[in-house]
Amino acid sequence: MQKEITCTINEKQYVLSVDVRKSLLDILRDLGITSVKEGCGVGECGACTVLIDEIPADSCITLAVWADGKTIRTVEGESANGQLSKVQQAYIDAGAVQCGFCTPGMIMTTTAFVEKHKDCKVSREDIRKGHAGNLCRCTGYETIISAVEMCLKDSDNNDSGKN
Amino acid sequence: MAVGKSPRRKDAVAKVTGRARYTDDLSMPGMLYAKYVRSPIAHGRVLHIDTQKAQSLYGVEAVFTFEDVPDKRFATAGHPYSLDSKHTDIADRRLLTGHVRYQGDEVAIVVARDRLTAEAAVELVQVKYEEYPVAVNAQTALKADTPPIHEGGNVIGSHRFEVGGMLEKAFEEADEIVESHYQTGVVQHCHIENHSTYAYMDDMEHIVVVSSTQIPHICRRIVGEALDIPWGRVRVVKPYIGGGFGNKQDVILEPMAAFLCMKLGGVPVKIELPREECFISTRTRHSTRSNIRAGTTKDGVLKGLDIEIFSNTGAYASHGHAIMGAAGSKSCNLYPRSVIKLKATTHYANIPTAGAMRAYGSPQVIFGIECLMEEAARAINMDSLDFRIKNVARQGDINPLKEKEILSCGMVECLENGRELIGWDAKKKAYKNQTGHLRRGLGVACFSYGSGTYPACVEIAGARLILNQDGSVHLQIGATEIGQGSDTAFCQMAAETLGVSFDNIHVVSTQDTDVSPFDTGAYASRQTYVVAPAVKQAAQELKAKILAYTALMTGQVPESLDLIAGNVVFANRPDKVVLPLDKVAMDTYYHKERGGQLTADVSYKTRTNSPSFGCTFVDLEVDIPLCKVFIKEIFNVHDSGVIIHPQMAAGQVHGGLAMGIGMALYEELLIDENSGYIYNNNLLDYKMPTCMDIPDLGCAFVETREPTGGYGNKSLGEPPNITPAPAIRNAVWDATGVKIDEIPMTPKTLYRHFAKAGLI
Repeated sequence: MQKEITCTINEKQYVLSVDVRKSLLDILRDLGITSVKEGCGVGECGACTVLIDEIPADSCITLAVWADGKTIRTVEGESANGQLSKVQQAYIDAGAVQCGFCTPGMIMTTTAFVEKHKDCKVSREDIRKGHAGNLCRCTGYETIISAVEMCLKDSDNNDSGKN
Repeated sequence: MAVGKSPRRKDAVAKVTGRARYTDDLSMPGMLYAKYVRSPIAHGRVLHIDTQKAQSLYGVEAVFTFEDVPDKRFATAGHPYSLDSKHTDIADRRLLTGHVRYQGDEVAIVVARDRLTAEAAVELVQVKYEEYPVAVNAQTALKADTPPIHEGGNVIGSHRFEVGGMLEKAFEEADEIVESHYQTGVVQHCHIENHSTYAYMDDMEHIVVVSSTQIPHICRRIVGEALDIPWGRVRVVKPYIGGGFGNKQDVILEPMAAFLCMKLGGVPVKIELPREECFISTRTRHSTRSNIRAGTTKDGVLKGLDIEIFSNTGAYASHGHAIMGAAGSKSCNLYPRSVIKLKATTHYANIPTAGAMRAYGSPQVIFGIECLMEEAARAINMDSLDFRIKNVARQGDINPLKEKEILSCGMVECLENGRELIGWDAKKKAYKNQTGHLRRGLGVACFSYGSGTYPACVEIAGARLILNQDGSVHLQIGATEIGQGSDTAFCQMAAETLGVSFDNIHVVSTQDTDVSPFDTGAYASRQTYVVAPAVKQAAQELKAKILAYTALMTGQVPESLDLIAGNVVFANRPDKVVLPLDKVAMDTYYHKERGGQLTADVSYKTRTNSPSFGCTFVDLEVDIPLCKVFIKEIFNVHDSGVIIHPQMAAGQVHGGLAMGIGMALYEELLIDENSGYIYNNNLLDYKMPTCMDIPDLGCAFVETREPTGGYGNKSLGEPPNITPAPAIRNAVWDATGVKIDEIPMTPKTLYRHFAKAGLI
């Protein structure tokens, strides 16, 4: 069964006819937004994390039809005019990128975390709690946590993780 | 100078922007999806299989059973081909089987137009089984009356050596002999990208396999062998890969994808495993049981080590016949002045197949050795760190097995460095005589490892450099980037030797066996070590060609010229530019009377294998009533020779440390002893650490200069994973006085031991 939905993805409007059995992950990938990775399909690994109305969510366990009327952000939309977002840049600078498969989802979790905590003092423990839904096997999380710290340290007068 | 710095990874921007394309991100119109029909029982035989209902489901293109596949057995281990017929891998698999050997074994496969239809069709295949007795461990698998899992019995290999003297004589000279029994569990790689592959044909002869593999060139050969087609007709393409850790150093889906594609007229066919299947039907780490004895004099000279180990390779051999031999021999560099005797037996069992996993058996062997070193030191009332420093390898020692001199060795310096980092001496005093529920403990463990597989296997690497019109240089290598950063390291090497800036070296990250130079791939922590000479030689050759060509253009003699920072300069006046490289390059391409594209193409076989060294230090707290371990500080200190890229090197250490912590405290694939049923084939029930479970990770390097390394470098990728587990176990013993000789030390395990010791 198909259903029509309207949503905003990376600041672009979409009117989509979606198979009701499909997840948000499926339809994003069908649209060519392949940064959204499937690592488990059941909400365990976080590789498919996107922001839905600014809240990080596992798109694999979000039905596509639930995206109706929502605003979705993926890592493809985070860099603009050849400029990486602050979070993307911090991941590179901290050495938080290895195989890169968890990276897009992890960056979206960080983006929401940094936006939420821009005026707060947070500990590495707080960062750990905020990223516990995203698994990474390459980094031992050490440099990912450092990347988040770098973003928070630099959160001057920007209103988001974007430059 | 580019080596020793940390320039931005070549793939960093692609990966943070989501533009890096992995196998699953590449798709073809009309691609079909295949899904396996898996056995629900761990051991038995298919009596009857009915595919009719599945075949008649709309959207199903084909169903193949074990009766439809070639009667051809092949080996899957990602080893280089061996010309020695006594050194070949064990060919014990067919594409599908009627004799199922673990819960999840593959009896049939469904091909459909989309994934959902394939999944529905699998449910419609009806299979009747005759059940056989199940053997999941050495005790049952090796019993005389246990039915063989494969023809020829359940022992697939044994490795024995006794080196450095006679063990019995060494033990006669010892004042204390200690002995213990150790056990390590089944763990899984948990790369976040599951296995995925697809195959298609562009013509009637050649088949293209795109796959998430660490070993494209080996994969080509094994697909050819499995399907009995000439290797030259198989082309394997490796795009970006989302982690491997050894699990993609095995050929798992590729022969089947190629078979289906050929059967179905060359249309693209894809197989992607969901996480649950990836857990049980790819590879795992061998679980082991070992009995180890050590003899020491009362002043701390380790006289001998006697290692007996049983390694469980599960349903199929994969790498099983090689792993214990490799792990045993790599460990000989650690205590090279002692007699070492190894007796390893590897056996089949009705559990998921074990294969290569980060450090290839060394974590299991070293776990036992380093636990026992703690015991030996205690037996003679010696500090266990001092005991190790007294016995570990030093530069100039002779490896007793290989009879080769250890040319670079920073093992003692690593231990001394760790002593300072963790504050060993002060904390040792402070942690004496603790009581109460929370107790602190210190632990240490050390390792040696190899830099490749020579002389067991050929070590061949290839590098090709091409001067582009704009003066930049393209690097093509056969070695595979799997996240560890090898592409970047090779660009640094090329930049260093060639005299072109790192930014002006481009790398082709995708391997394509029709195009890429030959190299056997990412495993054995080999690539930086064995590819370095190939890159170096290619860079030297290209540089010589550039200087000769510039000499031709300008009338200078080549010997008077040098290439520095992208300019041809006078060797004795480096500030004086003769010609910028782009001007030279344009002339080579477009001058009508002279020149031609300048390239260098090198294939190089490394015939050395230098040991790397290192250790883990840990300070932890044990909450006795909670049966939980909290790591307060943990450091790995490594001698990997010259560090090519400090930031990426630290990344390898962090990742290996975390994987080692997981193996020590949390992770185990739980398999029912009687039925072979697997309880936790997913990331919810299998406890791969989240960032809540991993503490801050410390890392330091002792940089020796290895004379056989192209840039003074030695192995690093796998080693960080070897020693966290024994260091943590030794610290738990230090904290609680309870000696735990099995991992993972989950709360359940700790409870059992603490209760037995009367602590709770």
